[in-house]
This record gives sequence, C-alpha cells and structure tokens, in this order.
Amino acid sequence: MSLDKLPKPEQLVSDVNFKHVPDTPWMDTPTKFKEGTFSFPAHPKSLKYLGMANPRDWSPTDADWKLPDDWQDIIIKGIEERLHKYRSFRLFMDICVRCGACADKCHFYLGSGDPKNMPVLRAELIRSVYRKDFTLSGKILGKLAGGRKLTLDVLKEWFYYFFQCTECRRCSVFCPYGIDTAEITMIGRELLNLVGLNINWVLEPAANCFRTGNHLGIPPHGLLDMWDFMADDIETITGVKVDLPINKKGAEILFVTPSGDYFADPGTYTCMGYMMLFHQLGLDYTWSTYASEGGNFGLFTSHEMIKRLNAKIYAEAKRLGVKWILGGECGHMWRVIHQYMDTMNGPADFLEEPVSPITGTKFENSKATKMVHITEFTSDLIKNGKLKLDPSRNDRFRVTFHDSCNPARAAGLLDEPRYVLSQVCNNFFEMPENTIREQTFCCAGGAGLGNDENMEMRMRGGLPRANAVRHVRDKHDVNRLICMCAIDRATLTAMMHYWAPDVSVGGIHELVANALIMDGESERTDDLRGEPLKDDGEDEQDV
Amino acid sequence: MSAAFSLITALVAVIALVVISLIGVSAGLSSLFGVIIPYLAIAIFIIGVVWRIVEWGRVPVPFSIPTTCGQGYSLPWFKSAYFDCPHNRWGVIGRMALEILLFRSLFRNTKADLRENANLMYGSAKWLWLAGILFHYSFLTILVRHIRFFVEPIPAFVEILSKVDGFFEILVPTVFLTDVALLAAATYLFLRRVLIPQVRYISLPADYFPLFLILGIAVSGVLMRNVWKVDLLSVKQLAMGLFTFHPAVPQGIGPIFYVHLFLVSVLLAYFPFSKLMHAGGVFLSPTRNQANDSRMVRHVNPWNYPVKVHTYDEYENDFRKKMIEAGIPVEKEE
Repeated sequence: MSLDKLPKPEQLVSDVNFKHVPDTPWMDTPTKFKEGTFSFPAHPKSLKYLGMANPRDWSPTDADWKLPDDWQDIIIKGIEERLHKYRSFRLFMDICVRCGACADKCHFYLGSGDPKNMPVLRAELIRSVYRKDFTLSGKILGKLAGGRKLTLDVLKEWFYYFFQCTECRRCSVFCPYGIDTAEITMIGRELLNLVGLNINWVLEPAANCFRTGNHLGIPPHGLLDMWDFMADDIETITGVKVDLPINKKGAEILFVTPSGDYFADPGTYTCMGYMMLFHQLGLDYTWSTYASEGGNFGLFTSHEMIKRLNAKIYAEAKRLGVKWILGGECGHMWRVIHQYMDTMNGPADFLEEPVSPITGTKFENSKATKMVHITEFTSDLIKNGKLKLDPSRNDRFRVTFHDSCNPARAAGLLDEPRYVLSQVCNNFFEMPENTIREQTFCCAGGAGLGNDENMEMRMRGGLPRANAVRHVRDKHDVNRLICMCAIDRATLTAMMHYWAPDVSVGGIHELVANALIMDGESERTDDLRGEPLKDDGEDEQDV
Repeated sequence: MSAAFSLITALVAVIALVVISLIGVSAGLSSLFGVIIPYLAIAIFIIGVVWRIVEWGRVPVPFSIPTTCGQGYSLPWFKSAYFDCPHNRWGVIGRMALEILLFRSLFRNTKADLRENANLMYGSAKWLWLAGILFHYSFLTILVRHIRFFVEPIPAFVEILSKVDGFFEILVPTVFLTDVALLAAATYLFLRRVLIPQVRYISLPADYFPLFLILGIAVSGVLMRNVWKVDLLSVKQLAMGLFTFHPAVPQGIGPIFYVHLFLVSVLLAYFPFSKLMHAGGVFLSPTRNQANDSRMVRHVNPWNYPVKVHTYDEYENDFRKKMIEAGIPVEKEE
C-alpha cells in the first residue's frame, strides 16, 4: 500500500475514539485482516535457508493457514519451555493487575484506537491461554478465571497483534511492575515461528544477513562499490579523498553499522559522515564485509536467531585481530549490542578495553562488551577539542531530535547525541517532554513492521511521533528531524512525507560531517546532500 | 466475557461468602469459622506465597534487560540518572525502593487526549497513583494497628500509630483516618474500573473479586467497630488464642466479626493464586531490578547453548572469486 492510497492525514485517525470500545467482549471479537494493517508472510526460501519450521506459501487472508496438524501441541509445549527459561515471561504472565496505566502509552493504540493494541490486552492474548493451560484456577474455572482455549482464531489474533507491536518498551516505562510488552511480543513471535507464522520483512533480511552478512544481501564486492561511490561523493563535496579500509587485518578498531546506512538516502549521508570523521582523525579502523550488518532482525524472530546473526561481529573482530569495536547509529542494533551480545556470544576476552586512540579516554562503560557507541566516541572527541567544527554550516537546519526506542529505553543513551548535536548545529529545539528521552514515541516501523504493505498501520502508529514533530515545526520552524537509527531514517522519512512534508530526516553524523573542517578540504558550498549550505538569496560569504 | 458479567460474578461471589459465614455462625459453627478456617487460610497463604516466589526465583533471568528510564552511566561529563537508570547495586536498591515504597513508575502516568486535526495532547494523570498509594499505605497501617489484638501488652508503636490514625477524634469510638482512606481508595479503584471504558473492557472477575473482598473486609471492620459493636475483649481473647496456638472461641462475639474474619481468611487463601502476588512479583521484575551495566559486567545465561552460525570460511567460500577480483583481502587465495 502506498502513501497516496491513504486518506488525508487529518482523516486517517478520525475513527479513533479513546472513549469507545467494541460492543463485543475482546475474546469474542474476531480479527480482521484489513489491507494496509498487516505484513505479508515470509517466503518459504528464507525459512528453508535458515532451517525454520513449516516453509510454505500462505496468506493471512486465507482461511487455511497450512499449519502442522499438531500446531496446538507445539505452541503449548513452546509456552511451557519458555516459562522455564525466562523469568520475565513467567512473571509477566502472573503479576499484571490490569490497572490500565499502559493503555494509552502505545503508539499503535493511540493511532488505531483498537483496544487489542493496549499493551495490557496484547499481553492478555497470551495470558488468557496461559491461564487456561498452566494455572490451577484456569484449569478448574476456565473462562471464569479469564482463561480461553488456544484456537485457530486465537492464533490468528496473535499473528495480527504480535506483528503490530514494535517492541519499543514505552509501556514498560509506565508499568508499576515493569511489565515489558517487548518480552511478551518476542516470546509471542517465537511461538508463532514454531508453526511457521512469520513475516517476510523480518525473515528475508535475516536470511540475507545470515548468508551475506547484511540485511540487503549485498555481496562483498557490491559493498565495496557502494562505499567507493560514497567516497567519490565525499571527494566531490569536500575535495578530500577519504581512506576506505576494508577487511583490514590488524586494524585497531572494527566499525559496524546497520546496512541501511549504505543503501538508501538519507542513511548514506550519515555513512559518509562516519567516513569523513574517521579519515580526518586518521583512525586505524576497518569496515568488514562479513560483519557488514549492525542491525539484527533475529531480535524480531527469536532469541536463538539473535545469537546466530550477532555471532559474526565478535567472530570478525577476532579474525581481524582488532582491539575493540565501534558501532554506528542504529536503534535495535544497540539493544542487541548493549543487552544481548556479550551474554550470547561473549566473553570478548580476545579484545581490549576500549580506549580512544585520539584522546586516550577509557570507555569504562563498555569494558566487558568492548563495543562503543559512535555518539560516545564523538562526544569524547568534541569534549577534548579534537575536532574543528563550524556549526554555522548547518544553519539552514532547524533541528529536533527523535530518541530511538532502543538506545533510549534499553541503554540510556540520551545525552550523548544531544551533546554532539549541540556542538555541530546552532538551532536545536526539543519536542515536548512526554515524547522524548525515555518517553519517546516509536517510528511505528521498527521490529520488522516498516514495510510498504503495512503502511496504514505505520502512519497510524506514527501519529504520536509525527504530532510532536508538527508541534515544533509550527512553533520553531523545525525542518530537520535527527535520529540515530537506520530504521528511523527510512520510516520517519515516509512518516514525515505523510504527516509533516516540510520536515526532512537525517542522522547525527551527517550534521557532524557538514560541520567538520577537514584538513585539505576545498571551500564547502554544499552539504553532504549536494544542497547549498546557505539558502538562496543569503549566499554572501562570511568574512 | 462481558464487563457486566465479570463484575456481577465477583459481586455474587463475595455476597455468597458473607452469607456462608453468617449461616455458618448461626448454625453454631463458630469454631470452624473462628479457628479452623483462619488457621487453614494462614497456612495456605504462607505456603502459597513462598511456593510462588520460589517457583519464580527458580526460573533463570537469561538476559540483562532493564528498562532504562534516564541517562545511563557514560563519560564523566554526562550526569547519569542514578535511580532511574542505575548502573550499580546501590542504584538498583534505590530504584526498587522508589518503585515499591513510592510507586515511581505509576507516578509517571499521563492521559492521552485526541483533539481536532489529529492533535494528541498528554495531560497529568496522578489519581491512580494517589489512590494506589492511599490504598496500600492505609492497608499497611490497618494491618499494623491489628497487632493490638494479638499481643499483650500492646507495643508502644502500635499505640502511637493508632493515636495518630485517630487524631481527629471524630465520633466515639474514633473513626480511623486509614479506614476512611482505604474505603475511599478502594471505591475509587472500583469506580475507575467501571467508568473508564478501556479499563472496564479489560477487567476480569479476578479484578473485581479482590476489590469487593477488601471492600467487604473494610466495611465489616468499620461496622463492628462503630455500628454493631462487638466485644473487643472477647475478640482479643480469640486472636491471642490463635496466635499462641491455644485456640479458644469465647461466647457472644457478634456475627459481623465472623463475616470480617471469614473474608480475611478468604483473602489470605486467595492471595497466592491471584494477581495480588504482584506484591511479591515486583521485587523480581527483571526490567527493574537489574543494573544497566550490561556492557560493563558480563551477564551469564545459564542455558546458553551453541547455535548454527554462518562462519567466515563459509562466507569466503561463497564469494572468494569476486572478493579477489575486487581487491578485498581474503584468507585463502583459492
């Protein structure tokens, strides 16, 4: 579904009324697979390649989903296994009091008004089955105890709503017990995967990543072409020919960023920003074609798949003999790096505790995992006066910052990006406080939902974020939405196109590189996008 | 199941409990309701709560998954949110204390409102937090006040607490502030469950039942203190008998007392099998009780197992020729 098929923005959510709930109780309200609100199933070839269950052609709108005969057994056993492996899952099944504090914290609920998008009800979709099959009261009292049988309709409902959650964790900030719907959705999706229910926008990138090292399936020589192309663009704009070390053994630092940064605008400008920064520093680093993906769509599939895809990063660091790893601007990548990588694929005892070769600063907060976030690295450079910056080169931009869900709510990376922005541009405006930092709203396209067929639900779920951007646009003439996430850069671009067409989207290191004064550069007239640094009519030279 | 069904089922259940205890006591079963059932209930409560917590505790926490609600520990010039995003044990203890004693997360609550032209507004919404705080602290105070029935002499802190709680000396005997607060808070929690459409929509009998039960306990307690007064000396005799394992049932305690005691017994026995276990569960919540230090300190997953990966050698075998042609370094030149 393309954007122009949607109703006008003001009309899109005219059917949303928080005071209204369906006439039928939720357990008796069937799921409708409406075009534009769900994602297409995975192609069998991706499942086969990854060795996953039940590869076949099917569609959510078919009556027959071609499930294995014993699908109920598989799911129930799957629940039982996970109740013994994840305290989060077990506890979150048991302790919810249904106070409803989470209800209007979910962007999909705010944009759709569908009560099954309230985090509490999303969890109840599984919890009801858990009560029926795993609790004494549910076994005896059944429906009276809030239990229900796992039927095909229930399974279809799971598929619809667990692929209508971006695992953004905003609800868990507000829950008095810290119940995290991301945990519920992750387990829900694991269970669905056991019987072959999954979406293509997650599993094709996962399969690609497994084979080629990146989501887009770009082979090594293709990557080289892309990077070369960016280096040429940099030379055109700055007159500087940047180094492009690839798979270089013995480099000090391995750099890993999401492949979204190589592939499509505006991510490419951020990627050019990294190259210019590293070149200017004379950093002894390397790109890798094998670990050419920071993102990890395993996070949207199963814990096992996270580990399978993430393994490449440490393996490559070891093979190349680097000292430590630097990671680019990405959201869910940093959830995996920060909270899963060391546990799954560590210990990284073959690496050294990260120290900036430029400033000598020890990155104490990453001494075990040995991977540093690029905004930590750059903040340290700026703080120590190692970069010559001309923030006025970004004066054309009136900037606001979108905190990406995972860096904000799964790592606490809030002030690093703000510090960098404060040093590279002169016009910065925060969005309202209920929509930033740990309370930030999702782009509604994370966790594999940023596909075209799901466009209506993306634009609905995007309302809270877009609404806050429109607020600063109207109040402060903001025209550039900055984010540090590759999925954001893709999905927010579409969202702004729909909700706030005069706001463009970009990454932090694009602005860093615009402002960066490089040795031997020619006079800059254009920014990294090839657009004039000054608006027409005010192009007189600074004295 | 419809909202009305959930509410009515729970209400009928609690009314039935009241009737059962009244019939039971009038049929001369006061030792059943005064001794046997309370003992059973306490046993179920203790064993049940311990069992549930041990059961949860035995499930591993495979990953470090705190929800970070503030700036993390980073470079020295970034001020980290010590409690909202703790990076060490003391920070976690602080965070948990704020959560458990002050309901920190619920205090963040907002209410969204969709206005014209798809304009979303977020308003402050602290009533749920306030009612929650009042409810829990009143309940705690009332529990502590009840110590006076179980021990002799009455400990000084119980006397002082009762004095403070009855400070305004309204009516005789004094109406306790916490009795009023508990009733008001529980009534608010009930009303919002019925009146807020989304909350009504998600409510199960298991959400109304404990509310009605607690309201029943509070109302019966107030009634026997201020309206149908029961003989407190006999009540104390019964309570101390239970507490010292020399149970005896004095004659002439009014039936309202047995209603109160029976509802309390049901609450105790129901507790371990219900959502009321959030009281124990909140201590174990992995998004709150872990430090945000997962890049500093390695977190170990006890069931970590090897998985099938695509090795560099397999990768290079796939692409070696193209890599050599493109001038990308390789491990093996064929």
